[in-house]
Amino acid sequence: MRYVCSICGYVYDPSEGDPDSGVAAGTSFDDVPADWACPVCGASKDNFEPEG
Amino acid sequence: MLPVEIKKDIFWVGSVDWNLRDFHGYSLARRGTTYNAYLVKDEKIALFDLVPANHVDELLRCLKATIDPEQIDYLIVNHVEPDHSGALPKIMDIVKPEKVFCSPIAKQALISHYHREDWPYEVVATGDSISLGKRTVTFLETKMLHWPDSMFSFIPEDKLLISSDAFGQNLASSERFDDQVDKSLLFDLAASYYANIILPFSPLVQKLLAKVGEVGWDIDMIAPDHGLIWRTQLPEILAKYGEWSAQKPQRKAVVFYDTMWKSTERMARAIADGMMAEGVSVQVFSLKTAHHSDVMPFIMDAQAVVAGSPTHNNGMLPLLADMLTYMKGLKPQGKIGAAFGSYGWSGEAPKQISEFLQSAKVEIVADPLRLKNVPTDQDLAACQEFGSKIGREVIARVPE
Repeated sequence: MRYVCSICGYVYDPSEGDPDSGVAAGTSFDDVPADWACPVCGASKDNFEPEG
Repeated sequence: MLPVEIKKDIFWVGSVDWNLRDFHGYSLARRGTTYNAYLVKDEKIALFDLVPANHVDELLRCLKATIDPEQIDYLIVNHVEPDHSGALPKIMDIVKPEKVFCSPIAKQALISHYHREDWPYEVVATGDSISLGKRTVTFLETKMLHWPDSMFSFIPEDKLLISSDAFGQNLASSERFDDQVDKSLLFDLAASYYANIILPFSPLVQKLLAKVGEVGWDIDMIAPDHGLIWRTQLPEILAKYGEWSAQKPQRKAVVFYDTMWKSTERMARAIADGMMAEGVSVQVFSLKTAHHSDVMPFIMDAQAVVAGSPTHNNGMLPLLADMLTYMKGLKPQGKIGAAFGSYGWSGEAPKQISEFLQSAKVEIVADPLRLKNVPTDQDLAACQEFGSKIGREVIARVPE
């Protein structure tokens, strides 16, 4: 499932991951490290909500 | 305006916009604004932030009163929005700086604004420092405060934080410092600025305040890009940012409405009376009179938002859609609310408003109240009871 940053609107797509921050493509949002931050605005993981 | 020395060899060199009222196309700046740029004269001469394109002559006139602009070595772009970077193309041509410092996201944003890949960008990230000679500048990226490119510049030797749009206020004045104008005016304007610009990013403000505490910066002056410089009321404005970003509601309510033949207006007044009778502080706004940016500061610390519209062509009046859309985008947290309105035949508006409020994460505490055509005394008593019910919810949720 895709997750949306509630601060800036960035969408985390598991099929793409966030390779610039060391999150490989195919990583589900649950498996993203707890200290990962939104690559656009720096918001923490708990600021994300499921898309939809 | 002429330059003002704010610290030894550090000058305010911006422009006062006495005539501005439309701020960025979405809010009103009823007292005008300023665009603050800061010049630091050290072994390297650095200019922090700029002014809009249409104020470039004013900036140059101000700069020339203290320096030959061609002597400037470094430009620092803390924020790309055109009211702070619009003068860049002309300033680049005149100054030909050695380097333009900006955040990684700002570099991309500058290129997509001005389409100049050839400028001497020097990307800096959180924690990076540069030397100006006797002074250093340390950078802190403040992504989404309030654009992704935003950053702070801190000069530890002078205990000076150049804070971009954070801590700003829209006030055109000949004074440059917080202790030179009326305090309640200044804090009202700072609250309005926060409510209309910073509010949706409140979780980031909380983190930023913690982060600034963590890095242990010793700050005795905050120089924002709009309005007055904080040198005396620093603890107060920091405490206010803590309070506003925590979004803890007060025993307050806002009623906003539009009306056709005054029935919805009469409902609004009776609902407000009901809330007042429960001990809630209430502000009532006709959206024909109040601009959405004048209403937002009152919503910011209110517990309840109550919205009303008559039904027109099976829907709400356009000004309601305006206010609700604007409010939703600013993401106020922890509100309760309800909707009301008069109608002639179909009566869809209150339900539509209620659903919209819900979509804006407002907890609905009363079913939409609608009345046919002109309210009777009994109807108005029902409105007052509707208000009392919401008022009791406010009192129950907000400790004294």
